[in-house]
Amino acid sequence: MSFVASVNVMLKEGIADPQGSTIQRALPALGFAGVGDVRVGKHIVLKVDASTPDEARERVEQMCQQLLSNPVIESFEVVVE
Amino acid sequence: MSARVGIVVFPGSNCEQDVSRSMRDLGLETTMVWHADRELPDVDIVVLPGGFAHGDYLRTGALARFSPVMDAVRDHSLRGRLTIGICNGFQVLCEAGLLPGALRKNAGLKFLCKWVDMRVENAATPFTSRTEAGQVLRIPINHFEGNWYCEQDELERLRSTGQIVLRYVDNPNGSLDDVAGIANETFTTFGLMPHPERACEALLGSTDGALIFGSMLDHVSNTAAV
Repeated sequence: MSFVASVNVMLKEGIADPQGSTIQRALPALGFAGVGDVRVGKHIVLKVDASTPDEARERVEQMCQQLLSNPVIESFEVVVE
Repeated sequence: MSARVGIVVFPGSNCEQDVSRSMRDLGLETTMVWHADRELPDVDIVVLPGGFAHGDYLRTGALARFSPVMDAVRDHSLRGRLTIGICNGFQVLCEAGLLPGALRKNAGLKFLCKWVDMRVENAATPFTSRTEAGQVLRIPINHFEGNWYCEQDELERLRSTGQIVLRYVDNPNGSLDDVAGIANETFTTFGLMPHPERACEALLGSTDGALIFGSMLDHVSNTAAV
């Protein structure tokens, strides 16, 4: 079987995100008030072969640890459909 | 005596010829090493030069870290043989875990290409022995991801061991603790964002980069003489 996995890679909490703060500063100029804590990350979609959803998740988490994220500065979450 | 240098060329590297030229002018012997090779030639020094290895896709250095040659580079580094990463090469060494920390996007979200001053914090390393502590070096930077970061307890450790070798005088990119160049625990692997190879001829505006390459040459010569 194969499963579709979605990965969100974000800068860890507490690490300054200059892209997020730039967007946050731009939004009020367009009339969008009341926006805070803007953070920018990466969204990665993969189709993986596995026999169960848990196995698919485990494989993708290993990929995140080795390649898809840098654990020094980034955290990740995996969603398997 | 001289020193033999292997300069690793990844798809997207673009500073390897400048490194080779400036090192040869100092008397080092250089050879190019393709990233797909699994072995290094018999060299004293490995250089990971600047550029955009593998297009910097995903993250800078993230894919280059897994190039076939990197097992041999890791072995060279872990055996305490001189290894230097310049700019993109610094990013690759951090991704490979051979140097502490990681490089983030510049705080100002601008690609920076300019001359900067940096202070030598530790002159007792194989990369800075021709300098003096407190000496200010003028060497250009050319990067978008030079904003070095590590966690607080790691930073405290690096401060106490003297592994923070170079600090910016006027921090251009938001780098934590003004870090411009950092060494591993044995001071034999070193990474820096500025480009010493672009500051090795008076005609180019500075010869301070030659102090770094010259220090490495001295280290190899002295080690061989023992």
